Parts: sequence; structure tokens; C-alpha cells
Amino acid sequence: MMKRYDVVVIGAGVSGAAIARRLSAYRLSIALLEKEIDVSFGVSKANSGVIHGGFHHSPDLLKSRLEIQGNLMYDKLQRELHFPFRRCGILVAAFSTEEMRIVQELYNRGVANGAIGIELCNGDRMHMLEPKLNSDVMGGLFAPGGGIVEPYRLVFSLVESAVLNGVDLHTNFDVAGVEKSGKTGSEDREYVLHGSDGQSIRGRWVINAAGLFADRISGLFGAEDFRIHPRKGEEFLLDREASAHTGRVIFPVPNPVSKGMLVIPTVEGTTMIGPTALETDDKEDLATSSENFEKVFYSARRLIPSVSERDIITSFAGLRPSLEDGDFYIARSEKAERFVQVAGIQSPGLTAAPAIAEYVKDLLKQGGLELTEDPDYQGEIPAVPRFRSMSLHEQDAAVKADPAYGNIICRCENVSEAEVVAAIRRGHTSLDGIKFYTRAGMGRCQGGFCSYKILQILRRETGLPWEKITKRGRKSWIVRERISPAKTS
Amino acid sequence: MKHTEFDAVVIGGGASGLSAAAEMSRGGASVAVVEREETLGGILNQCIHNGFGLHQYNEELTGPEYAERCIRDLDGLSVKVFTGMTVTLMETEEGTQLLYGFSRESGMVRFRCRAIVLAMGCRERNRGNLGTPGTRPSGIFTAGLAQRLVNIDGMVPGRECVIVGSGDIGLIMARRMTWIGARVRGVIEIQPYPAGITRNIVQCLRDFDIPLYLSHSITRIYGKDRISGVDVAPVRNAGGEASGAFHIPCDTLLLSVGLVPENEISRKAGVRLHPETGGPVVDARYMTSVTGIFACGNVLHVHDLVDYASEEARHCGQAVLDYLSGVSAGEQLRVGAGRNVKYVVPGRFALTGKNRFYLRSMITGTGARLCVRLGGIEVLRRKLPYVQPSEMISFDLAADEDAISSRFTTGGDETDLEVSLEIPEKEGA
Ligand SMILES: Cc1cc2nc3c(=O)[nH]c(=O)nc-3n(C[C@H](O)[C@H](O)[C@H](O)COP(=O)(O)OP(=O)(O)OC[C@H]3O[C@@H](n4cnc5c(N)ncnc54)[C@H](O)[C@@H]3O)c2cc1C
Ligand SMILES: Cc1cc2nc3c(=O)[nH]c(=O)nc-3n(C[C@H](O)[C@H](O)[C@H](O)COP(=O)(O)OP(=O)(O)OC[C@H]3O[C@@H](n4cnc5c(N)ncnc54)[C@H](O)[C@@H]3O)c2cc1C
Repeated sequence: MMKRYDVVVIGAGVSGAAIARRLSAYRLSIALLEKEIDVSFGVSKANSGVIHGGFHHSPDLLKSRLEIQGNLMYDKLQRELHFPFRRCGILVAAFSTEEMRIVQELYNRGVANGAIGIELCNGDRMHMLEPKLNSDVMGGLFAPGGGIVEPYRLVFSLVESAVLNGVDLHTNFDVAGVEKSGKTGSEDREYVLHGSDGQSIRGRWVINAAGLFADRISGLFGAEDFRIHPRKGEEFLLDREASAHTGRVIFPVPNPVSKGMLVIPTVEGTTMIGPTALETDDKEDLATSSENFEKVFYSARRLIPSVSERDIITSFAGLRPSLEDGDFYIARSEKAERFVQVAGIQSPGLTAAPAIAEYVKDLLKQGGLELTEDPDYQGEIPAVPRFRSMSLHEQDAAVKADPAYGNIICRCENVSEAEVVAAIRRGHTSLDGIKFYTRAGMGRCQGGFCSYKILQILRRETGLPWEKITKRGRKSWIVRERISPAKTS
Repeated sequence: MKHTEFDAVVIGGGASGLSAAAEMSRGGASVAVVEREETLGGILNQCIHNGFGLHQYNEELTGPEYAERCIRDLDGLSVKVFTGMTVTLMETEEGTQLLYGFSRESGMVRFRCRAIVLAMGCRERNRGNLGTPGTRPSGIFTAGLAQRLVNIDGMVPGRECVIVGSGDIGLIMARRMTWIGARVRGVIEIQPYPAGITRNIVQCLRDFDIPLYLSHSITRIYGKDRISGVDVAPVRNAGGEASGAFHIPCDTLLLSVGLVPENEISRKAGVRLHPETGGPVVDARYMTSVTGIFACGNVLHVHDLVDYASEEARHCGQAVLDYLSGVSAGEQLRVGAGRNVKYVVPGRFALTGKNRFYLRSMITGTGARLCVRLGGIEVLRRKLPYVQPSEMISFDLAADEDAISSRFTTGGDETDLEVSLEIPEKEGA
């Protein structure tokens, strides 16, 4: 029998994951569907990971409200879910009196939005807060509440918590068709969702959190007609040793379309610069280009002169799922019953995610879904200790408790076999999934040494044959086949 | 935690680490070798082609055969070997060294010793270092990773292959991929001349009709899940006739674009690194900027021949013995890279005994002369038949060489040695 859920969430990015986890605190049966092999492989994987300070957008937008609320929810969330997050603070650097005027506007917006502790700074204060800033910076804005997060780890933790509380996660479920059953307006009205590979699921309520493809999902439900415009952002990651590593997130003064290109100290000690902002038509276009390379470095070096191309370890692109009016579109559909739109979640979607989840929960309640708290709900998930962040003493204890901590798999990032195994047991069965969960392969050698070791552990733990193991699902196979005896000589 | 003590601990059980360990043990020191892999031999184990040991043994051995000899050299010596163990940290504490190693079997082990020999080898430069734009599909391997997958795990990485970089590793993989039934559609080299030795160009490319595109580079990578092709274009400003850009479809891309000494833990321990070699700065006795920590082999600078790595490691082992027995290093002169020389290792000249130097040329050509000057005055001049950046040059210079000793008795204050390569006029290009 096809399983029937109270709520089906489409899309396991940060929005869908936060929603599923929030709802898992109630007595509801919930399914979370994701077309990729792992969660967070959409927009939520490739972004700047900044928890914004609440001063970029005007107070009349929904996203400004959710940004501020979401930001404030991060401390508790981290205590429960243990993802890497740090409130390092944000600086906006101005180079002219002209730019200082815009900074003043940002300040006013921040105050109107309710951003805590923001201050206007002169040049000296700016350089004290970040000594690596260009000496030409004449002043700016400081938002101490801003921070940085490892975005995919956030999503992994949200999903893990949701699953712990009974949510059924279905990866490789690409929603391609929808049937309605039961009479319009009646209690037994429900949806049957069909995957492109023939699997199906039934649900009374459906939440569309499909990121770049939210317009397509809305269409399948015969709901509102809107279009998601992808806006590409390219980012470059610099080595841990890069001298450009700053203590805070550094923004330039924004222009009307974009917050500009930043210098970001990541939570894990590398430095990221970017992103660009370019409209594209193709929702799968994640290619980087050489023109943007120059643009990003030029602009980052203007903020922090010690930024150097020599430190690049990798680059990537992400697509912002934006709507025409620039705001989030979160509402119960007026055309399809028990269907909630969570669309246009571009930046600051990551920041806002916990607040988006609250907001959606309230929409469901208003729409008549009964929410009874589940007394068994567990807010916290068990932490996986990370070898690289332990003291020698803790490392000793960890190895004694589990010898697999003594087997170092990734030498750049000091990741142990125990962490790789933990990733696999939590359902991360592709090379990228393991990489994003553990950091193995994310360091300066980018997997040159550890890839084959991870392939071996994956094979041992999952029983998958070599050629079925992929980088990130579908046809991203790593090796094609075994050498046949005839070909070895 | 387990505690253990040795005179010297070697990090890395490749050709260099094993040679240094044997040398030190023969000299009477108590020695441990710590190797992260389950087996000794290092990179040699995956190099199943022959061409190793010509200088050392006057024989053409395969990598594993050469490794076997290095391991056999330990027979009868009391070198303690820890395999499957990774060193994650080194600390110096009032004249003694502390090292922390982790393994599945032994858990955490703390080594206390008087000298450490760094012999960690090197890693390969990767796509991130190239900065090639495009998508990020699967199927992009460093040549060494592909070599490991083919030669040790018995895998076929793909069927249609493009190789970037014409260094020896890239060339050998071109042949290897052909042997396992893949089609190698081209080797792309950014320089106007091949980076590998002529023998490999002939035996690995010509014999299999694999095209070599000199003065070309890949400019874009395509493919959503698995790589589907690359754009190749002539390098701007390159001499000769430049054809247009073209596309090569492929399902596999191998990168053979250089090696970088592996010095993560050295750096953490405060070892100063050389901007050109990527390895530690060492003095005439292979000691790094941290007293008691020595380095040799690929972790010091990248060697193309294992013979050189072994030889250097033996010198290093000798120097450690001296250090352990309290023999003073004596006075040392600074050694610098002059014209057309990328670097010279070691960076110091000892005023006692023989000194052996290794250097890399920045030029290609015949009839070059190696010149060593002391305070501007030539003390050594030697004709070299042929030089190219990919082939390491070595030479000896003794402290009692007339020019050097006389220089000292005159008491000049310019005491730097400068090594340069000079091409006589006309012949230079
Ligand atoms: C370059 C860049 C930088 C950014 N920087 C920041 C920042 O610093 N701070 C910040 O707050 N925000 C930032 N953002 C925005 C943030 O990343 C997004 O707002 C957020 O990740 C959106 O999450 P989501 O869950 O809505 O979408 P997604 O993460 O895309 O999740 C949607 C999921 O739905 C799945 N899906 C789609 N169609 C189907 C289907 N038919 N069936 C099943 N599953 C489906 C997708 O595979 C995907 O996993 C940035 C974005 C970009 C692109
Ligand atoms: C792909 C390739 C092909 C080559 N082909 C030829 C050829 O045809 N002919 C020829 O003469 N030479 C060839 N060479 C060169 C020659 O093989 C090398 O120069 C030589 O083997 C290097 O020896 P090594 O001991 O310095 O380094 P490696 O062999 O790399 O040994 C280093 C060892 O240190 C270990 N290690 C690293 N970090 C740690 C740690 N933290 N804790 C514990 N252990 C650690 C590693 O696991 C490794 O085993 C080739 C080299 C390569 C890379």
C-alpha cells in the first residue's frame, strides 16, 4: 500500500529541511522528498554561508522580517544540532563619502528592522575591527550579530533531526506528476505524487520548497503561475593558510541589484570570495567562467589587499532562485487546496530558514491542520566528534573508544575513518555527500589522496559495487568497470 | 596513550624514508619509521612501469621492485616500523622532539626522539590549482589517483580520455590507459616543449599514435554528471602557427600538472618553507629551520628519479648521525639560485668535506654551462650536454677545492655561493 502522509514536503534544501524538522515536533506523519541522491544538493549547497545582519533589505519585505527572526534563532539551533556556526560579525566597508551615505541608509534600515547592536564606524574603528582591510576604507557599518555557517552541514543536521523525530526521507524522488483524489473542499481530498521513476506517495498537505524548480512544482499542482529566475553566483575558495583570512565577513557597499562580492572567513578556517550575480536562463548551469574569476579577485582585493590567486583551492557556482519582485513568496495557494508555496527563497534564505519554518507552521495551522505537540519530540541530535577539533587528550580517548578514529583518511583536513563511517550510516552514500558531511576531500589536495580510501569504505559499508558509486548520484560514476583479465597485460 | 623513545623517527616509509632509516640504523642509532599506508614503499608501489634504479642498481626495475630492495635493505637492521599510522603533530620540547601518531591498531602513540626526518613525499596539483572554468562533473582525476585506481585496485576510470600535462606521469598514464582499453584522445601541454623525457614521448605517445598538443591548454570543462568534453585552445602569445580552439569529447580527464611537497605538519611545527621548492629550507646537513628536524626526498623538493631521492636520503641520514653524536656543523655558506636556475638544494655549503647539490633549470637547450661563483668569483664551471626543467641536475663541490679555500684565506667578506646556468651566445634561444 502506498503510504499516506499528513504532510509531504517537496525539496530537501534548507527551507524544506527546516520545515520538516519544525513539523516533526507535532503528531503528524511527514515525508520529505528530494530528487537528488542526497539532501542539500540544490541551492543550499553552493552559497556564501553568511548569516546576515538584517540591514540589507527594507523593512516592508517579508524576507527582512524572516531574516532578523531567523538570525536570532541560530544560537539555540546550533546547541541542538551542532553544525558549524559562528557569530563573527559583519562589516560593510565604504571608500568615499558617497558610499558612507549609502552605509547610513543601511544603518537606518537595520535599526528599522530591529538588528541588534549595529553601529556606524569611522575608519579607525573599521581598521580596529579588521586590521586586514584596505587602508583606503574610510568608514562603514558593523553588525555584530552577523555570522557564518556551513550551509550543507546545517541542512544535514536539520534532516537528521527530522528523521530522528519520525520524518520519512525519500531521496532520488523526483516529483514529476500529481493526481488529486477526493472531492474539492472535502476532508478526504488528497494528492498522489508520482516520481519520474514510477514511485508514488500520498499526502493531504503538500509544501512546495523546490528551490529553483518551485515554479514547475506549482504548475504540476495547477496552482499559481510564476517564474523562478536563476541568478548565478560564482565563488572561489582559498586555502586555510591564505593570509587574506579575516576575522569578520567583509561586504562592499551594495548596489541596487546585489549585495556585492564579499570576503568570507568560513567557519572551517578557509577563506571564500564572491559571489558574482548574473542572470541565466538555465537552471542547471553551474559552470564557472574566467571573466568572473578576474572580477571576483579584483573586487575582493579592493577590500582585502592580501587576497591572492595563488591560494585558490577550488571554485564553484550557485543559482539564486529569485522571483520578479525580489521578495520571498510564502503563502497558502489560492488555487490548490492544502498546498503551500515556499518560493523565491534567494538570499537571505539560509539566514531566514528557521523563521521560514515557523511561518509555514503557522500557515498550516491557520489552514486547519491540527497541530498537537508530540511529547516524544527530541530537539537534540547526537554530535559526531570531529578528530580535527579535538585536543590530543580527546583524540586519545576517542581512539580508545573506537579504533576507527585512529585511521586518518583525509590528511589535509584530518578526517578519520570513524567520521566517514558515521556519514555513510547517516545516509550520505555519494563521494560528495561524504565530502560535505566530513570535509574529507575538501582541503588543498581536493581528494587526490583520500578518494580511493573513501571509495573502499563506501564499498565495504554499503555493499555497492565500485561502478555503482557516484560523485553525486545519477550518471556521475567514478570508475566504469573492473579491468577484465584479458586487458591487464 | 603509548609512549616510546628512539634516537630518530622518520615520517614516511617511501624510498627516501627507508634509505634514511637504513643509513641511520647502520650507524648505530635507534630508529623508527612511521608510514600511513599499510605497506612500505610509498609512491613506488603504484608505479608498475620500469625505469627505476638505473643509477642506483644499474638495472631497470619497476617501482614495486625498487621498493622491495629498499625494504630488504632493512633486513638485519633494528629499524622499528609502524605502518597504518599517520603522524598528525610534531612538537619541540627543550632539545627533544615529540611526535604523535595514530593508527587503528595501536591507537595514539607518542614518540620522543632527538631527531626527526621528514620524508612525507608530495601531493599532486589538482583542478582547483588550474582554475579551469566550466562545470564540476565526476571523471576528473589527478594522474596519480588514476594510476592508483588502475594499478592497485584494478579499475577502468573511463573509456575516452584526455590528459593535461606531458610530464612523465602523464605520459606513462597515456600508455597505461591505452593498455586497459581506453582511447587517449590527446595530451595537452601548455609549454612549447614536452615536460617529460624523450623516451617516454616515444614509448608512451608515438608508439600508440596519441596526439600531443604543445602550446595548448584546456579552457573549459563540460558535463553535468560525468565529464563530457573539454575545449582546447592554443596558448595566447605562443610562438609558431596557432591553430584555432577545438573541442574534444571525453568521459575522463587526467591532470598531470605538477607535484607539491607535502608539508602540512612541517608547517604546523614551525618549519620554514622555500617559496620555489615548496619544501623546507635546509642547511648543508639537511636540517630545517627547527633544530633537530631534517628533511629529504620529495618532501624537500620534487625528484624525477628515485635514485636521487635515495641518495639524498642517505646523505641526510649521515648528517643526522653526526648531529646525534654531537659533531658540530661548522661554518656554512649561503647558497643561492642565480641566472636560469629555479632553485638549489640544500641552501647551505659546509666548509668541511664534500657537498652535493641538486638544482632545477629554468631553460631548455644544449651546451649550457653550470657556473658556481663565490663572492662573484667563479669556483666551478662545467659543461652540461642538455638541460631542461624536468630533469634534475646534480653536482659536487668540495670545501677543499682550491678556489674555495684560497678565497677564505684572503678573507673576503662576500661569502655567498651563487649557482647559475649560462648558455653561450648564439646558441641561446
Ligand atoms: C551564490 C549564492 C550565495 C548565497 N549566499 C547566501 C548567504 O550568504 N546567506 C543566506 O542567507 N543565503 C544565501 N543564499 C541563498 C540561499 O542559499 C538560499 O536562499 C537557500 O539555500 C534556498 O534553499 P531552498 O531550500 O529554498 O532551496 P534548495 O536548496 O534549492 O532546495 C530545494 C530542493 O528541492 C529539490 N527539488 C527540486 N525539484 C524537485 C522535484 N521535482 N522533486 C523533488 N525534489 C525537488 C532540489 O533538488 C533541492 O534540493 C545564497 C545563494 C546563492 C546562489
Ligand atoms: C607518479 C610518479 C611516477 C614516478 N615515476 C618514476 C620513474 O619512472 N622513475 C623514477 O626513477 N622515479 C619516478 N618517480 C619519482 C620517485 O618515485 C620518487 O621521487 C620517489 O619514490 C619519492 O620517494 P619519497 O620517499 O620521497 O616519497 P613517497 O614515495 O611519496 O613516500 C612518502 C611516504 O610518506 C608517507 N606519509 C606522508 N605523510 C605521512 C604522515 N603524516 N604520517 C605517516 N606517513 C606519511 C606516505 O604515505 C608515503 O608512503 C615517480 C614519482 C611519482 C609521484
